[in-house]
Amino acid sequence: MTAISLRNLDIFYGATKVVHDLTLDIAEGESVALVGESGSGKSTVLKAITGLATNWTGAIAVEGVPRSHRIDRRCARQCQLVFQDPYASLHPRKTVDDALSEPLAIHGIPDDGRRVETTMAAVGLDARLRFRFPHQLSGGQRQRVAIARALMPEPRILLLDEPTSALDVSVQAEILNLLKRLRREQGLTYLMVTHNLPVVSFLCDRLAVMQKGRIVEIAEVTRFKTGELASPYARELYAAGASRGC
Amino acid sequence: MTAPLLDIENLRVTFPTSTGPVDVVRGLSFALGRERLGIVGESGSGKSMTGRAILRLVRPPGRVTADRLHFDGIDLLAQSPRRMRLIRGARISMVMQDPKFSLNPVMTIGAQIAEAVLTHERVSRVDLHSRVVAMLEAVRIDDPDRVAALYPHEVSGGMGQRVMIAMMLIPQPDVLIADEPTSALDGSVQAQVLDIINEQITSKGMGLILISHDLNMVASYCERILVMYRGEVVEECRADALADARHPYTRGLLAAMPHIDETRDELPVLDRRAWTTP
Repeated sequence: MTAISLRNLDIFYGATKVVHDLTLDIAEGESVALVGESGSGKSTVLKAITGLATNWTGAIAVEGVPRSHRIDRRCARQCQLVFQDPYASLHPRKTVDDALSEPLAIHGIPDDGRRVETTMAAVGLDARLRFRFPHQLSGGQRQRVAIARALMPEPRILLLDEPTSALDVSVQAEILNLLKRLRREQGLTYLMVTHNLPVVSFLCDRLAVMQKGRIVEIAEVTRFKTGELASPYARELYAAGASRGC
Repeated sequence: MTAPLLDIENLRVTFPTSTGPVDVVRGLSFALGRERLGIVGESGSGKSMTGRAILRLVRPPGRVTADRLHFDGIDLLAQSPRRMRLIRGARISMVMQDPKFSLNPVMTIGAQIAEAVLTHERVSRVDLHSRVVAMLEAVRIDDPDRVAALYPHEVSGGMGQRVMIAMMLIPQPDVLIADEPTSALDGSVQAQVLDIINEQITSKGMGLILISHDLNMVASYCERILVMYRGEVVEECRADALADARHPYTRGLLAAMPHIDETRDELPVLDRRAWTTP
């Protein structure tokens, strides 16, 4: 079963075409990375899937059901986005409890407050933090809140937009471990955008390399680890990562 | 080696809080010659404050004290604000993290770079323009005449950072402090910007302090590394000997980083209680 299927996808910002003829299938339970430099259109793909970029042609299907161009509540429930910067993505005047309860209200999921509790426990947040504001939390805790927020409607798919690039290395390790554990426990599918190749190596099964709005190569991570990449651009990326000793 | 450019002993930066004064830098000592020194640490470790303290950029109520804070024989702590301005930029300069917030949005790039020269020297207009263009070329900007006429919002992040570097290097300082110069940029551009800094530093024989949270990056661009944790240096080592680092914090940081050929199922997480004394 395919979790996300993108067929001949073109995405536009105004008159500019930023993603060209993108076709990618992600199987259920798989973890796929979109890799490329800034401006290569990788985040735009996530935006199109979640409905934040509406000007696209082609086909997007989530769990086998095609997505419309309008707000698609079913799709939103199954497919949640975690943003890069937890300092910017949480509402500064809403408590953790508010942030986590809102997805339930939006999707009309009845709840007696226990769901917030269990999700907080699942992402390793202490129950005492439930009525704190974002500014009272550390960067790592905030990213845990952002992940918990995404998990509230019990999605099948998480879209991750550079989930650890705003965090310190030691905190990054904690979040990466968390993401890996959640995927194992809940059988989630990940589509992650990143330019950090070691993170891909740790968390993903496959990677799609993007350049100038096109996918230039799709490879298994096992092949990537040994540096066996076909396209020159992908090899260049690998060499840049390897030369920095990571 | 000749006398060090920067000689720092027992540097402390203190901020008052409602629960009493807090030391964010606690008794830091090091000497910098014409070499590349990296300062590594997590957020809150005091690495940026160290850079700011050297340039006397810590604003009240923050307080900087040191047994010795000498630059090229000058006692920086004894300088008047006016004298300090003559040193800042001309002798020691600093590249900030994000070009988006550090460049003046309503001045063209050429004018901003020219301003950096005019603050410290008297130059004729013709010389000024040719120096600006030459500097932009030195930081590998292809079409310097065109770029000099652009405003900061018209260039990419990587180009903006190169403009910042050009601006900081044009008065020909002796020491460059680069505070996370590439963390706002992406992978391939990062390497480019660091190569440019590196090339300029080595060709002019300057001293560099590279402040970053990225151990690997610092290890590949510096000769010496200081690892900071909670305002103190916990480890000092040669960059090529980083793998033999002894302090548990440094070892923890190294282990917590995923590798490009990662095989571990779980990354080790730092246990901070293991080495901090209460």
